[in-house]
Amino acid sequence: MSEALNLVDDRRPERREAALALLDGLERQRPGPGARRVGLTGSPGAGKSTLLDALVRAVRRREETVGVVAVDPSSRVSGGALLGDRVRMRASARDPGVFVRSMAARERLGGVADATRDSIVVLSTVFDWVFVETVGVGQSESDVAALVDTLVFVVQPGAGDALQFMKAGVLEHPDVFVVNKADQGPAAQRTASELEAGLGLGPRPLEGWTPPVLRVSARDGVGIEALLEALDAHREHLERSGTLTARRRQGRDALVRDALARRYGSYGLEGLGDVEGLAARLRAEPDASPYALILVLGREIEDALRKPR
Amino acid sequence: MPSARRDRPWLFRTYSGHTSARASNELYRLNLSRGQTGLSVAFDLPTQTGYDSDHPLARGEVGKVGVPIGHVEDMQRLFEEIPLERMNTSMTINATAAWLLSLYVAVAERQGAKPEELQGTTQNDIIKEYLSRGTYVFPPEPSMRLISDMVAYTVDAIPKWNPINVCSYHLQEAGATPVQEIAYAMANALAVLDAVRARDDVPRGALPRVVARISFFLNAGIRFVEETCKVRAMTELWDEITRERYGVEDVKARRFRYGVQVNSLGLTEAQPENNVIRIVLEALGVTLSKKARCRALQLPAWNEALGLPRPWDQQWSLRIQQILAYETDLLEHDDLFDGSPVVEGRTRELKEAARQELDRVLALGGAVAAVENGYMKQRLVESNTERVRAIEGGEVQVVGVNVFTESEPSPLLEAGGAAILQVDESAEQEQIERLRAFRSRRNGDEVRAALRNLRDVLAGGGNVMPASIRAAHAGVTTGEWADALRELFGEYRAPTGVVARPFSQADERVEAVRGRVRELTNVLGRPPKMLVGKPGLDGHSNGAEQIAVRGRDVGLEVVYEGIRLTPEEIVRSARDEGVHVIGLSILSGSHGVLVVDVLDQLRKVGLHEVPVVVGGIIPEEDAERLRAAGVQRVYTPKDFDLTRILGEIVDLVAESAADRS
Repeated sequence: MSEALNLVDDRRPERREAALALLDGLERQRPGPGARRVGLTGSPGAGKSTLLDALVRAVRRREETVGVVAVDPSSRVSGGALLGDRVRMRASARDPGVFVRSMAARERLGGVADATRDSIVVLSTVFDWVFVETVGVGQSESDVAALVDTLVFVVQPGAGDALQFMKAGVLEHPDVFVVNKADQGPAAQRTASELEAGLGLGPRPLEGWTPPVLRVSARDGVGIEALLEALDAHREHLERSGTLTARRRQGRDALVRDALARRYGSYGLEGLGDVEGLAARLRAEPDASPYALILVLGREIEDALRKPR
Repeated sequence: MPSARRDRPWLFRTYSGHTSARASNELYRLNLSRGQTGLSVAFDLPTQTGYDSDHPLARGEVGKVGVPIGHVEDMQRLFEEIPLERMNTSMTINATAAWLLSLYVAVAERQGAKPEELQGTTQNDIIKEYLSRGTYVFPPEPSMRLISDMVAYTVDAIPKWNPINVCSYHLQEAGATPVQEIAYAMANALAVLDAVRARDDVPRGALPRVVARISFFLNAGIRFVEETCKVRAMTELWDEITRERYGVEDVKARRFRYGVQVNSLGLTEAQPENNVIRIVLEALGVTLSKKARCRALQLPAWNEALGLPRPWDQQWSLRIQQILAYETDLLEHDDLFDGSPVVEGRTRELKEAARQELDRVLALGGAVAAVENGYMKQRLVESNTERVRAIEGGEVQVVGVNVFTESEPSPLLEAGGAAILQVDESAEQEQIERLRAFRSRRNGDEVRAALRNLRDVLAGGGNVMPASIRAAHAGVTTGEWADALRELFGEYRAPTGVVARPFSQADERVEAVRGRVRELTNVLGRPPKMLVGKPGLDGHSNGAEQIAVRGRDVGLEVVYEGIRLTPEEIVRSARDEGVHVIGLSILSGSHGVLVVDVLDQLRKVGLHEVPVVVGGIIPEEDAERLRAAGVQRVYTPKDFDLTRILGEIVDLVAESAADRS
């Protein structure tokens, strides 16, 4: 497991080819939809890792296994990072049925690095659940949303009114909202009401699902089961409405687009007929793994770049 | 000419305890016979964190930094031939303070002493454990409850006891500025008093007596003039706050009473004989001003940065106190500083700034909230980062360390390994055997009944003390007592504070290391990743945190794993996280066993190529042994230059990558 994660994290070109081949193989041999992918995001200090620790233990009580990717920001100055989630995830990190990998956000500050996406794929082949924890401050929600089936947004009481969240575009993507530290009483109730009011105003990308707002105390273990039930309900909704496949495909397309754009730039994408051309190619290959597409389309771009234009 | 009126000297103590109850008892009686006037008990880490000597986490730690106390018979042996009725005993014990005080009371009762005659102190300050010292066990809320239980119990049952010693000592060790030290200690004391005031079993009228029993435990650093001002500021502030906040009218009850251990972590490994001079000057900071003089003083030994001091080393430090108190004229005079514009001015500045910082903490909800949200810890890590940087940059001069480093060979060090105390490696096994023998001869029914009673009382919100004293008499062990509480209260991990602000000053040397990290990133295919953690039970995390923060600042991706890890956990994390290098920090002297365990297990899972570096208080002979076992680098307190250390670590990763390709 760890070796595979090291490989998909490796930026050397020759290793990247091997990584894509591995990832493609993993995607293809996966039966059905595979692991349940859940993202946890929210501002620093919202208690995400403590919540995740409690959630993981609740999943483990069902005797299902868990992989965790915990992302912490990288320093803009040095490029280094302090990855501190293992400290707060101690109870679950001791459990042999849980695998925790800490990752730095790298150049995509607050967002999702390539290695994060790939690690989710690797972990999905082995574990029943995969959780991704990231610091989110508005920008990264859409990134994370593309990677997971269910996105949970965690706030702490008094973390700013719903209007601020709306301005930041935060309310559009999450499928479940959690007001953590509900042990703080009335302030948690107020924040929950504000969120509910804010949600009533905004447009929702997914019809037929109203994101619940749950009050949870990760510290006291209150509301964790209800959160797990909300995750189950959302999954059921995705399957029943057929949106799971659509959502995964959207995520796949975003992944391919981003990877090609980053590697070859907009000049390179011209070789495929720009964004529209790429979209058409993606539509034509509904079942291919993103990694096969990155490999194949990447070679096409390279060929096109070699031709005189 | 000796004057007719001399003040009574403070209590002379030496923080000590090691190997076993019997060995520590011998040491105590020796120290008392040489003129020490009080005892200061150091417990080993398993005792401090509530594990029996045969628990897996206790491995390597038994009898290392103090005495192992597993049950009432150990405690009896510790105080054999020392009448507790006439002794004044300070116990450095926190998470398990209620248990050790219960054992102490049980032993006193067996000696025929009356609990109301007992004098002494339980450190019992959990907040600084979360911030610095790391021997906490339970979450803040139940921990504060245990403390307030003890305060409520002792105020009537053991009225001469100081149930809590609010520690600013460890805050200074963790990097606190004098202002932070004052403010956070006060915030901490208020958290305890507020909790006691909120109880319905402590009558309102008892509050002045409660306030009068709160004592403090301070550090005395080398800037001894400012330290004098600090203790004067604390004396004035405590007087004001206890009157304003708790309405205490009796001046005596508002008196700021404190004990001191002078700064141990500031003692240097280089030219260690200079530490004697440092200790003398630091002792002056807390004794010169009569108004703010300490009640008890513990002086470290000159060689503490090298390893465990021998009885002779401790005697030397005791002699410092005796000369200061008996030979000099210090105790013949009134306060030396009253009316001094310099001292009074600086005192006022410190007081005002501390008031502001205290108000900030109170506005956040008080000391407990400021622990839980990481505020105080973050401020401390920032201050410490700044302090370490100032030493590296030469703005703070430390003789023998960053200036005047040339030295004649010290005759004091000619003995080599014999210049420190060697703990007998068989001590741990012998302690385990004694514990097992005790378990098999005690009355199992009584033990079970006492534990059941303890659980029932705690679950019902009753006071922990009477049930624990009963458990002590019944033969319950330290691990059993703590397990019962762990089951009920759960365990806790405090915020680490390693989110501190990055190194922003332009620094060529840091920049140079960053450049090498970027090159290495291309070689490795990803940024070098380092695991930093503390195996064993030692909770002093300041060093590990500084390494982690500087690691980030030179561009490493650092997985910080915190304290109290087993070798198994470290190896698993190293594997799961795919790290390129492992940094272990141990200050408790258990490096021999734990580091070798980590190396063995790395080999077993095929990670023998991952370089391991170790930092801590590690005597040269041990360092030699660790290097022979496969450790790549050993860092000790003399290695203050973090950038150099990180540079070497980056080089190690580069070499190991080159070897593999």
